[in-house]
Amino acid sequence: MSQTIFGSLNNYEKGGVQVIDDDPKHYAFSNVFEVASKSKPYEKVAVGQNLKYVIEAIRAEGNSPWFAADHDEAALVMDGEVEVHLIQPDQPLVPAGKEGSVKLDAEPKGKKMGWVKAWRGHMALLPKGSAYQFRSAKPGVLLLQTIKGDFTVEKWADICQTEA
Amino acid sequence: MSTATSTPVSAATTKKQSLGYKTFSIGKFNFERDEYFAHIYYPGNQHIIPIDNFLRSLMRDVGWGFFYGTVNFDNVFGTVNHYGTVEMFVGLFNDAYRKTNRHFVETFQSADLRKVFEAMLDDWTNEGFDPYAAPDETGKPFGPKHGSNTKALKRIRQVAKRMVGLPGDLPYRTDAEYPVNRQFTDVPQDKPEIHAEPGFEGQVHAFNAFGYIVRSDVTWNPSVVSCVHDSQFCATTEEHALPITHGNDRVEWFIQVCDEIVWDVDDGATGRPRAKVTMKPGDVAAMPADIRHKGYSPKRSILVVWENNDDRLPKMYANHELKPYPVEF
Repeated sequence: MSQTIFGSLNNYEKGGVQVIDDDPKHYAFSNVFEVASKSKPYEKVAVGQNLKYVIEAIRAEGNSPWFAADHDEAALVMDGEVEVHLIQPDQPLVPAGKEGSVKLDAEPKGKKMGWVKAWRGHMALLPKGSAYQFRSAKPGVLLLQTIKGDFTVEKWADICQTEA
Repeated sequence: MSTATSTPVSAATTKKQSLGYKTFSIGKFNFERDEYFAHIYYPGNQHIIPIDNFLRSLMRDVGWGFFYGTVNFDNVFGTVNHYGTVEMFVGLFNDAYRKTNRHFVETFQSADLRKVFEAMLDDWTNEGFDPYAAPDETGKPFGPKHGSNTKALKRIRQVAKRMVGLPGDLPYRTDAEYPVNRQFTDVPQDKPEIHAEPGFEGQVHAFNAFGYIVRSDVTWNPSVVSCVHDSQFCATTEEHALPITHGNDRVEWFIQVCDEIVWDVDDGATGRPRAKVTMKPGDVAAMPADIRHKGYSPKRSILVVWENNDDRLPKMYANHELKPYPVEF
């Protein structure tokens, strides 16, 4: 049996677009480990956008700010070990219908819901209306399935293949 | 477009019938199979497809409910999903057929065509052949009719409402029903630690997504593991070649989780080659709305196909209200 090959921050090999008759930018080709290797901790860099929906590559390192969203989000750990701490806030933290996650100024008041420790391959739910914080002792990589919001960082020209 | 009204009858029809397979008809299309091939008859002409590829393609078309957009069985024959109706075509997206006006298209109610396709798949699939499996995992589809494999054909596309494992949502895959695939025995099956405060059980949630995906008993058949409204993470395991060439009716994205897939990307309307995309672990790439693609996975790999399930999109892309590629930079 062949070994299953995963990537990591410290060990990844990027593929690419071999153009025959097209513009490579149409494929917005990037690599989440490369993006995270060049990101600031918890910078939410869009690596995929499907109209209002995005997937964000996030470098998990140390404690993140607290975030909240008015919709579910899903965090998939691609590398490292990450804790997700959840609070049910006393008051809604995000206006109803607002899309994307919102960065909070501080830990919100509310009930502690619990926490999750997840590592490569694990997916955690960030439930609608809750506040959450990521904690990671060592650098790791998260993929966040969410909606484009005020804190989504777009730098497509920096992360995507642009030349044939 | 072809306007002939008579359907040619194969000279070998009698021999085909002696093999024990049923023939199928819908509209002006007739289907027959022999030991090695599916024969498709339509007004004025005929087409032939190797039976292994035909059954694998038919399985995806049935299993996906005609999927998003176009399912090209090869570069001539296929279906276009209009979500309620389906076009079945010969040569519609083939430059030569179109230029010589030899293409043929007929529209059916989805339920009617599905009924015929399901019956054909069931009758033409022999015992020991699983069209969802990788070639190395299954028997052969050739020869006279011998037995059936109905149970393997009835597997339903699994769709999580929010996330796998939540109360009332898709359950986890277990050893009894979904053993780890032979090529993924080195993928950990450990579980995340969940520390829920009283009253928040079921809301504090995580699961081993990779461990779940590697238990898939099908290839090239995405199942939804998580949703954010219409944003769907459709995870799948891929091995050998995607039997069909999928023609997009919207932008979709690929996230390569492990190992490697090479994609041939052709123009959706003409079939002219546009690019070859090689994806390695951690790579992310868009498939534009105006292309068709076929993938090759030398080792069984994990792919997340990221879809936008908004049912308004096909019309918006077809009307050019949206550009066929996802971002401009």
